[in-house]
Amino acid sequence: METMIQVEHLYKTFSQKGSSVEALKDVSFEIEKGDIFGIIGLSGAGKSTLVRCLNFLERPTEGTVTVAGQNLAELSERELRTARQNIGMIFQHFNLLMQRNVLDNIVFPMEIAGVPKKEAKERALELLETVGLSEKAKAYPVQLSGGQKQRVAIARVLANNPQVLLCDEATSALDPQTTKSILTLLKQINQEYGITIVVITHEMAVVQEICNRVAIIDQGILAETGTVEEIFRSPKTEAAKRLVFGGTERIAEMKGDRCVRIVFSEQSAFEPVIGNMVLEFKRPVNILFAATRNVGGKAKGEMVLQLPQQRELGDRMIRYLKERNLSVEELKNYV
Amino acid sequence: MFDKDIILMLVEGTGATLYMTLVSTLFGYLLGLPMGIVLTVTDREGIRPNQMIYKILDFIVNVIRSIPFLILLILVIPLTRAIVGKSYGSSATIVPLVIAAAPFIARMVESSLKEVDKGVIEAAQSMGASNLTIIWKVLLAEARTSLLVGVTIATGTILGYSAMAGAVGGGGLGDIAIRYGYHRYQTDIMVMTIVVLVVLVQILQYLGMLLSKKLDRRRL
Repeated sequence: METMIQVEHLYKTFSQKGSSVEALKDVSFEIEKGDIFGIIGLSGAGKSTLVRCLNFLERPTEGTVTVAGQNLAELSERELRTARQNIGMIFQHFNLLMQRNVLDNIVFPMEIAGVPKKEAKERALELLETVGLSEKAKAYPVQLSGGQKQRVAIARVLANNPQVLLCDEATSALDPQTTKSILTLLKQINQEYGITIVVITHEMAVVQEICNRVAIIDQGILAETGTVEEIFRSPKTEAAKRLVFGGTERIAEMKGDRCVRIVFSEQSAFEPVIGNMVLEFKRPVNILFAATRNVGGKAKGEMVLQLPQQRELGDRMIRYLKERNLSVEELKNYV
Repeated sequence: MFDKDIILMLVEGTGATLYMTLVSTLFGYLLGLPMGIVLTVTDREGIRPNQMIYKILDFIVNVIRSIPFLILLILVIPLTRAIVGKSYGSSATIVPLVIAAAPFIARMVESSLKEVDKGVIEAAQSMGASNLTIIWKVLLAEARTSLLVGVTIATGTILGYSAMAGAVGGGGLGDIAIRYGYHRYQTDIMVMTIVVLVVLVQILQYLGMLLSKKLDRRRL
């Protein structure tokens, strides 16, 4: 596979009047051509700074960023502007020009690139069709809903045929249903045009929905990278675990009991594994949490079980589950 | 109520006031608009921060803004003579008016341009826009409503200043008000000039607001 974005030993330090904050510390990763790459982290983790380093809206303090074979640090101002036409970006608050109508907003990046007016207008109309907003060409941004504004922003970003699309919390201001439709559109763009997409988010659900690979950023450090499946199945670092298990209700009075987290793959989701296990061992287990999630287009079941107190019986149950090709992980201090 | 001569004088005075106000506003913007743009662009949060340029310009603007207009009027007499050839009359008043108005206009332009959403500027940068393109197509275009409100306020203020110039032989309605109302105790003429001034400000204000509203696409 061809590498589209390469980040090596990236540092970003913000200094102001004597005090300095290290927003990014020694971050390195690669994004392949055609990837939908998620960068996830809690707020303040440094992910917004990181994505701005990918098009040099923020200049890194140290380290290199190579996009489509170009080391951005080596480019002149003019060359950097041309390079940016190849790296589109969409934002949480859409950032449309409020005084221009939808069509002229999409024409704007083509004005910058020097595309002839007539040609730009035709292309803008085509793009509006792609994002399903043809009837809104003459509308002004104020007349659109959040989801429609983001669609206009997506049409605008596609205008100059970029190879890379950076999404900075692009769905964070949208409701769940609109989020889904925007994510579907991004996926479609990735497949149809082969654009490499980088998705910055604080929501695991977004990563599960469209990304194939993910990087977890925690306090300016790259905690973990891998395929979404790997990280979802067995998160290794604390930061990853927090994001994967995040939001789960915990019941205080059950503290100290032995718990396991199991993840069902596609095949096993249809087999009543837990039911069979309870029948086999003739001992009940307590289901503390269960959910089905869509991970990269595949249905994944997730369940947290509280096992019986006897150590030996618990071990046998874990073995039983593992024999059925489930991924089993013991959780310390879950409840 | 008034005889023909006085009415004629009032009409001419109104013409002179309008002439001073509009020409001064125009030249005020020719100087003030670029100053306001430079103040916005070179500020710490601007698209091309330059503390040196910002601080120098900021200082100049503050100094001129703190000189009372009546004093500025006298202070620049040598300059007025050099440019216009005389120090009294409507045309001569334009020089101090422009000097007083430009820094005031620069500040209003600066505040209008700083209202433009940082996110939109960032979006333009991410598309590879040059700073000149951002100034022209993002800052000025997005702030146009606020800039027009500024023009309206500036015109009204300059109109007021032009009346003040009457104290030193500046011509226009202010001149008439001082000569007849103050020196000759003809209160009726003074009241009349005030009425005309009020009407002028009202018309300017109305037209300015109408235009700025018409050009604003941010309202449904």
